Amino acid sequence: MADSAAMRVEVVSPERVLFSGEATQVITRTLGGGEVAFLAGHAPFLAAVIPNHTRVYLVDGSVLDIAVHGGFVEVSNGKVSILTDDAELGSEIDKAHAAAEVARLEEQLRHEHDAKGAAELGKAHARLAAAGGGSGTSAAAH
Amino acid sequence: MAGGQERILRGRIRSVQATKKITRAMELIAASRIVKAQQRVQAAVPYSEQITEVVRDLAAAGGSTDSPLLATRDKIVTVCYVPVSADRGLCGGYNAGVLRATEAEIKADVTSGRDYVIVPVGRKSESYFRFRGYQLDQAFNGFSDQPSYAAAKQIGEHVVSLYASGAVDKVVLVYTRFISAGSQEVVLRPLVPLERDVVSGGDGKPGEDGLSADYEFEPDPSTILETLIPRYIEARVYAALLNAAASEHAFRQRAMKSATDNAEELIKSLSRIMNRARQDAITTEIMEIVGGAEALSGDSTKHVRLIDVGAARDMSNLSTGASL
Repeated sequence: MADSAAMRVEVVSPERVLFSGEATQVITRTLGGGEVAFLAGHAPFLAAVIPNHTRVYLVDGSVLDIAVHGGFVEVSNGKVSILTDDAELGSEIDKAHAAAEVARLEEQLRHEHDAKGAAELGKAHARLAAAGGGSGTSAAAH
Repeated sequence: MAGGQERILRGRIRSVQATKKITRAMELIAASRIVKAQQRVQAAVPYSEQITEVVRDLAAAGGSTDSPLLATRDKIVTVCYVPVSADRGLCGGYNAGVLRATEAEIKADVTSGRDYVIVPVGRKSESYFRFRGYQLDQAFNGFSDQPSYAAAKQIGEHVVSLYASGAVDKVVLVYTRFISAGSQEVVLRPLVPLERDVVSGGDGKPGEDGLSADYEFEPDPSTILETLIPRYIEARVYAALLNAAASEHAFRQRAMKSATDNAEELIKSLSRIMNRARQDAITTEIMEIVGGAEALSGDSTKHVRLIDVGAARDMSNLSTGASL
């Protein structure tokens, strides 16, 4: 039943609309709440989103990978909107570059731990996961 | 002497033509950028609409509107102005419009006993206010024709921290709103604190079945609101920057179009003067030939008809040389 119903999904950043259309499921990660999956008919919901690898399951069965660098998710009237300061489509990210960035930040954090570096690493993990490398959950470790 | 004038005129025409080429190129560049800037304004609309909706829904459903950024202060001591101008000139009255509006507001504030501080955006507004000795805070520039969201974020964070620290009690944004390619207007918009009607009017969006939405929050509503409102302010700043950029290009296109037209006009009138000067020179030359011939005929009437034109020209050259 879950995968048959479609709902409206929008992923927007100030600079552009990344995705707008029908989907069957959306998975993102909220502040303090871990990963959340939304299906059609979800109750009204509002949460802050941390940098993560968001997956949008399209009606045709394919999955759209998006690196969302923080923002908000609102569910109302059966519509899921993700508002983000900055986001990138997985297909636009250079995987090798993203992996190098993760390695560099991990190395840097080993020497001195600061909040800014940790936030950067969260973003880098989200990018790498959206690009199709690494796991989407590793960002939660930090 | 007449030839000298002609040469000077030819030089001036050439320089006006070169200027015309530059203004024409700037006009075309501005015209193509207007379209892009307009698209960017359009692209930012969904985000700002949605974030406004979320703020309203949150205020209506969560009810916690006691965020300091929402509270209007009873006594306004210091007002912060954020005039958005261009980084470069050559755009007609664009910068002057914003700067004049800001200056008028500041004067009104000063006479009514309030203090002010300016956070200039764009090189032109910074230099304008710095030169006139106004009280400046941090300046932001280098992105006026293609503002990024990161720039808007910096400005937003800065004014929010100014407000939160109590240094200012109100933040006003002064920018040029882009209505269409043919019309723009300078507007003053209060930015912080948010006006009540921005957050009210959210009805919690009753669903299609008429039931009022009962939101779940993660984490609690006030935490969300605290992170949401700065984002909302940034989105407002970003929209203002994009509007200002589109207006800047529109103003520049118009200014450069009239500069190109003026150059054409100037070239036309200069060519006319030059042609007349050349005609004058030719006429003078003929007069000199005739005069020379007549002078010779005065000496011996019989030989006049035998003097050919070549000799007359030699004579006239001699006489021009003498007169110089």
